Amino acid sequence: MKHALTKTTTAIVLAAAGLVGVSSTAQAAEEDFIPLLVYRTGSFAPLGIPWADGKLDYLKLVNARDGGVNGVKISYEECETAYSTDKGVECYERLKDKSGGATGFDTQSTGITFAVTDRAMVDGRSVVTVGYGLSQSADGRVFKWNFPLLGTYWTAADVMIQDIAKNLGGEDKLKGKKIALIYHDSPFGKEPIPLLEERAKANGFELQLYPVAAPGVEQKSTWLQVRKNRPDFVLLWSAGIMTPTAIREAQSVGYPRDKMYGVWWASSETDVQDLGDAAKGYHGITIQNSAEHGRVHDDVKKYVYDKGQGSDTNGKSFGSIAYTRGMMISMLQVEAIRTAQEKFGKGKHMTPEQVRWGYENLNLDEARLEQLGFAKLMRPVKTTCENHMGTDWARIIQWDGKKFKVVSDWYQSNPKYVRPLVQSLGEKYATEKKLPVRNCAAE
Amino acid sequence: MLYRENGQFKSTYRADQQIFPIRQDRWFILALLVAAFVLVPAWATEYWLQAILIPFLILSLAAIGLNVLVGYCGQISIGSGAFMAVGAYAAWNFGVRLDLPLLAQILLGGVFAMLAGVAFGVPSLRIRGLYLAVTTLAAQFFMDWAFLRIPYFTNYSSSGNVSVPELAFFGLPVVTPAQKYLFVLCFVVVFGLLAKNLVRGAIGRQWMAIRDMDVAAAVIGIRPVYAKLTAFAVSSFIIGVAGALWAYVHLGSWEPLAFDLNRSLQLLFIIIIGGLGSIIGSFFGAAFMVLVPVLLTNVPRVLGLSLPVDLAAHIEHMVFGFLIVFFLIAEPHGLARLWSIAKEKLRIWPFPH
Repeated sequence: MKHALTKTTTAIVLAAAGLVGVSSTAQAAEEDFIPLLVYRTGSFAPLGIPWADGKLDYLKLVNARDGGVNGVKISYEECETAYSTDKGVECYERLKDKSGGATGFDTQSTGITFAVTDRAMVDGRSVVTVGYGLSQSADGRVFKWNFPLLGTYWTAADVMIQDIAKNLGGEDKLKGKKIALIYHDSPFGKEPIPLLEERAKANGFELQLYPVAAPGVEQKSTWLQVRKNRPDFVLLWSAGIMTPTAIREAQSVGYPRDKMYGVWWASSETDVQDLGDAAKGYHGITIQNSAEHGRVHDDVKKYVYDKGQGSDTNGKSFGSIAYTRGMMISMLQVEAIRTAQEKFGKGKHMTPEQVRWGYENLNLDEARLEQLGFAKLMRPVKTTCENHMGTDWARIIQWDGKKFKVVSDWYQSNPKYVRPLVQSLGEKYATEKKLPVRNCAAE
Repeated sequence: MLYRENGQFKSTYRADQQIFPIRQDRWFILALLVAAFVLVPAWATEYWLQAILIPFLILSLAAIGLNVLVGYCGQISIGSGAFMAVGAYAAWNFGVRLDLPLLAQILLGGVFAMLAGVAFGVPSLRIRGLYLAVTTLAAQFFMDWAFLRIPYFTNYSSSGNVSVPELAFFGLPVVTPAQKYLFVLCFVVVFGLLAKNLVRGAIGRQWMAIRDMDVAAAVIGIRPVYAKLTAFAVSSFIIGVAGALWAYVHLGSWEPLAFDLNRSLQLLFIIIIGGLGSIIGSFFGAAFMVLVPVLLTNVPRVLGLSLPVDLAAHIEHMVFGFLIVFFLIAEPHGLARLWSIAKEKLRIWPFPH
């Protein structure tokens, strides 16, 4: 016993000594580092695994096919968060200074986003939240380091309402309708509420709110209320286990699935696969058009998988919606580095500050997306100092029992409702945090 | 040889009753404090400060608070996360609504946590053990619910998430990791000393008497109401301060999830592993909880193995669980007991014990 104890202690001490040795960051000559915060374990793993695989594979592709960005290799390291904020913060701290500074953090969690946003402002690291995070952080005047690219939860909510209106035959038809929001009771689930309230006021529909306590396996009472109050449509702000649970409950109270709309985290194949026909008709939404297949998939296959370098070892995640979204995120990060290089010197290592400029001046037009192999998957993106979101296109998809089919054209959120909210809540944030508001015209 | 109190004679009660009657201990602690205040900020990397030392210190403080209640007074609580949350949100509200100085915000956070703690401590006058544990669990669920559903507490934040502005302590900035570390360290030192002296004094003896046999304690004239409620008050106050620090210094912006049941259980494990009824045990337990996972995460990298992250995470969970079981089998009274056995052995070294 005593010996074992001594040995353990020695091992721990040795490991600690090793850790100290490692924590000194080596400045690599010419590489740019992209940290990969992922959750391959924990309750959200079914969503996290394909997402992480997509992010990783695209970076492997860039290194294998193009030899990096203008000859600058992309280095990367995964760090497991299990969707826990504490671990996310630890990952952020561990990776932020690697190889001359991490170029941008896609945190994969609203909670971690909140926790690192503050630190990132002080440290000067970009936080890239593609389709999630703080909706008001689209306001680049207040949120210098945050980039909710391609859309926020307000995008999703607004597009859903637009799609409902279109199917009814016009926004005036929304009057007197009842729309329910069934949401995960956390900042993530509450994000769309301000926008939906604005919409309800403007369009004259009644908004019903049903919070569901995390993790969302207990929804009996919620759906009994749904049965009683009979909303015309249900918007579902869920993730992980909450989604299939909601669809099953809808089935048991006889609520039509084709009146349901799930946010992007509730619109992956993994959410509805096991339900099959029970989920038939259920609507989801995709950021841009991540349900499609583009040329980039073929490239990944050719340069990564055929060489045995692929991350998806059991053939489950490649090409799924979450996987494609992961690739998009990595693509945006790589393009930010490229944009920065065009200004600050091609083939050079970029500092986090320079890459931030790259995120703020992204301009991916049709031709560029075609070159990248993303033409079918997304629409052009352009960011500015005021607008850190770029252009928020989204499409509605529908589950036919076997797979998701794209059932709508492109939608964009209505600036009439979104912009004032971004400004007012952004300014509120700035006053609470005593932050300076940038003057974009002067920069 | 080195560690022996031979020849250290005490000629006053004061000298005999000091915290560290042995000179070597005094020197050691003094050296530790100097190192913590001077060497660490000068030498530690940002990662060590932000990701390891600051969480370690704040969790130690929370564990000291919980130890007062569970370890010294024997009132089992699995609602400490709730009192951390009360401390954090109360402090934040004083900051955002009244713009009080930082120290006042944090201490008022502690005061409100204390009030909540006393309120939820009242049932302890009638019930004991597991039944009491369940009422503290109710506190946990109630607070989680309150901070999620009552918009006033989050100043009508649309997402229910709140965040603090840049901190300044009487004009001194608390922004860089080293400044934050020192700020937290000051709190921990002051409250650690306070708690140590409380548990050595009359009130601490009352708590322990209640813990060991409350009926007998009542017979010899200790008032259970007073003893139990003061334990709840002191404990919740310290936990509330720790909660405010956790939110302000470590997270900077947070949602109620940061103080959920997992946090309460984590604190309970910290004091069980560290040692119930021991101040130093709170530090050992927190070190174990914060450091071991980080070490385990980094061991494969140090050894040059490249494990996939999910596998590493699973292994880490297993090893961590194993270590907890191992240490508790090796020493059911926690790491603090191992520490004191080591000191005993040192005293008569080189002779076997």
